Amino acid sequence: MTVRYPGFDTLALHAGQPPDPATGARAVPIYASTSFVFEDSDHAAALFNMERAGHVYSRISNPTVAVFEERMAALERGVGAIATASGQAALHLAIATLMGAGSHIVASRSLYGGSHNLLAYTLPRFGVETTFVSPRDLAAWRAAIRPSTRLLFGETLGNPGLDVLDLPAVSALAHEHGLPLLVDSTFTTPWLMTPFDHGADLVYHSATKFLGGHGVAIGGVLIDGGTFDWLASGRYPTLTEPYAGFHGMNFAEESTVAPFLLRARREGLRDFGACMSAHTAFLLLQGIETLPLRMQRHVENTREVVRFLAGHQAVESVAYPELESHPDHALAQRLLPRGAGAVFSFNLRGSRAAGSAFVEALRVFSHLANVGDAKSLVIHPASTTHFRVPDDELAAAGITQGTIRLSVGLEDRADLLDDLAQALKRAQKVA
Amino acid sequence: MNLPTSQGLYAYTGGRSFDPARPTVVFIHGAEHDHSVWSLQSRYLAHHGYSVLAFDLPGHMRSAGPALASVEAMADRLHDSIEASGVQRVLVVGHSMGSLITLELAGRIGERMLGAALVSAAFPMSVSDALLVATRDDASAAMDMINVWSHSASIEAFQRKPSNPGPGFSNVWQNLRLMQRIAGRDGPEVLALDFAACSAYAGGLEAARSMACPALFVLGELDLMTPVRSARSLIDACADATVVVLEGGGHSLMSERPDEVLAALKEFAARVFAPNGDA
Repeated sequence: MTVRYPGFDTLALHAGQPPDPATGARAVPIYASTSFVFEDSDHAAALFNMERAGHVYSRISNPTVAVFEERMAALERGVGAIATASGQAALHLAIATLMGAGSHIVASRSLYGGSHNLLAYTLPRFGVETTFVSPRDLAAWRAAIRPSTRLLFGETLGNPGLDVLDLPAVSALAHEHGLPLLVDSTFTTPWLMTPFDHGADLVYHSATKFLGGHGVAIGGVLIDGGTFDWLASGRYPTLTEPYAGFHGMNFAEESTVAPFLLRARREGLRDFGACMSAHTAFLLLQGIETLPLRMQRHVENTREVVRFLAGHQAVESVAYPELESHPDHALAQRLLPRGAGAVFSFNLRGSRAAGSAFVEALRVFSHLANVGDAKSLVIHPASTTHFRVPDDELAAAGITQGTIRLSVGLEDRADLLDDLAQALKRAQKVA
Repeated sequence: MNLPTSQGLYAYTGGRSFDPARPTVVFIHGAEHDHSVWSLQSRYLAHHGYSVLAFDLPGHMRSAGPALASVEAMADRLHDSIEASGVQRVLVVGHSMGSLITLELAGRIGERMLGAALVSAAFPMSVSDALLVATRDDASAAMDMINVWSHSASIEAFQRKPSNPGPGFSNVWQNLRLMQRIAGRDGPEVLALDFAACSAYAGGLEAARSMACPALFVLGELDLMTPVRSARSLIDACADATVVVLEGGGHSLMSERPDEVLAALKEFAARVFAPNGDA
């Protein structure tokens, strides 16, 4: 006998939200209220003391935001989620919940530039150091782990070279050392991959990208798989020892599988305050409702664009894991059977000027700093998203002065290919 | 906390220090679970005049093993710990398999047990052949069966408000991860032992007839694991039974309907402890 859970498409539309009990509204209402009235004094005290579930103040939780959180938890198969002001806020929340000064992180060097900044330049001021390693070099991951290491971190698809993180191998290494693996799954979304099924313990997204899909809202979300045994590890006193900041609460006693989320919300959102607004959650939910359909189309369009570029004489190379030339081709086939996403990079032949000419000649693709929009996008990483990354680290991440990053949208394929063709012709003239 | 005289059994005390002089509510979880399934209800009562002991059964999570093979043996171990704790007046609350242990504890604790709250109870608690086979041959499939059957109708399980223990949590995936954690930590045999104990337990009606204290039944209308009709014989056997059926509720009532379960327990605790003027 087999049983089944509701499918992905159904959860994307319904998880986290029954029809509104007060009004019957089918769409998710925007609860634009900072705070929520208590039934009586006992109810107030019980909510504050985590004796009952409910909303107090929208920095800590909000009914509209909770729908977004519970929908993402449902889709990722996590025990819960916390929405944040941005993807960067989600990364910071994860780190700040797990460690303090004197701690150490081992991270893939193929990261979004903002994440690299946080780890390389900002967190050291607060006593948290990071060692960057090649995501493909398992020995380097192992060698970088220290007694003070508290987290392994990478992107499911590295930005912008699309290194496929070997989640089963890296997570096994992390667990061998009693450490959790955090992944940024922004490029894959739960439709292409559910990282908890491959060994990750914590997942976050820049919801600004494919989850929202419309480029209208900045947001993030941090999801806990409930898979990591913080108590057995013995390295996480923030979760397993009494916390003076919340009446001596021991979060691991309160919840066996979700102490991380309890602490992250009760301390991280409360004290750092990088929460999501109800309006933002509403906008992101509109995107998630069509995530399965959009991702399918994103991938189909991307395959066409990749095929076109890979065969064009003006293009030196294309980095897309579905191509046999990509070093992670076999891994992608195993971990990403639905597709390797819709963001990828390629190198133009010729000078940096050719790259500028190409970007500026595009008419359907928009030149801007974002990915995952329904509209196709283009950027030159070396001068923008990865501007502060040193040249040697850029090279190690597969980024050259001629690298162009595309985010393929949902337009008609013929229009995308025509636009690329005319821009490549322009680039060839200045190469 | 670990009670100093509890012989390796762990008991969560609701975020308060344990005081045996207070009226005490003992919580007992079901198969392949631990104390955390009671987090909201136990924490609330611990902050409202009661002492709380929410146990991890032997061989489950924080309690030393091995897991025990019969309901009677589980009741014996818990009874030893309850006695060692020094409590005088006890309300015992059990979920599913824990409700059977609660029945057995009534005879052991005697007149100091002032109430028995049986959540998602049934007798006999025969585990289906399909589930027993899966438990033996494919633990992952067995856990999925339990998880799906433990939550009320399909998509509604992913929509429950409030979620437990607070906004942003998934009741369904928490339950699955908890079972997986226990299997990973305590061994795959725990689930099989728990189910075998449920199926083999034969003393339910006799224990219910002998129970001197009032009983509260909290049942889920749509419970597929322990359907409401399966509690009827127990209800009839109890001399003083109150029945609360939660409309639309499944088997995991503490997470699906935390406020209603708490309300039923609050009212029952106030009733059974009231003659002593304690709560």
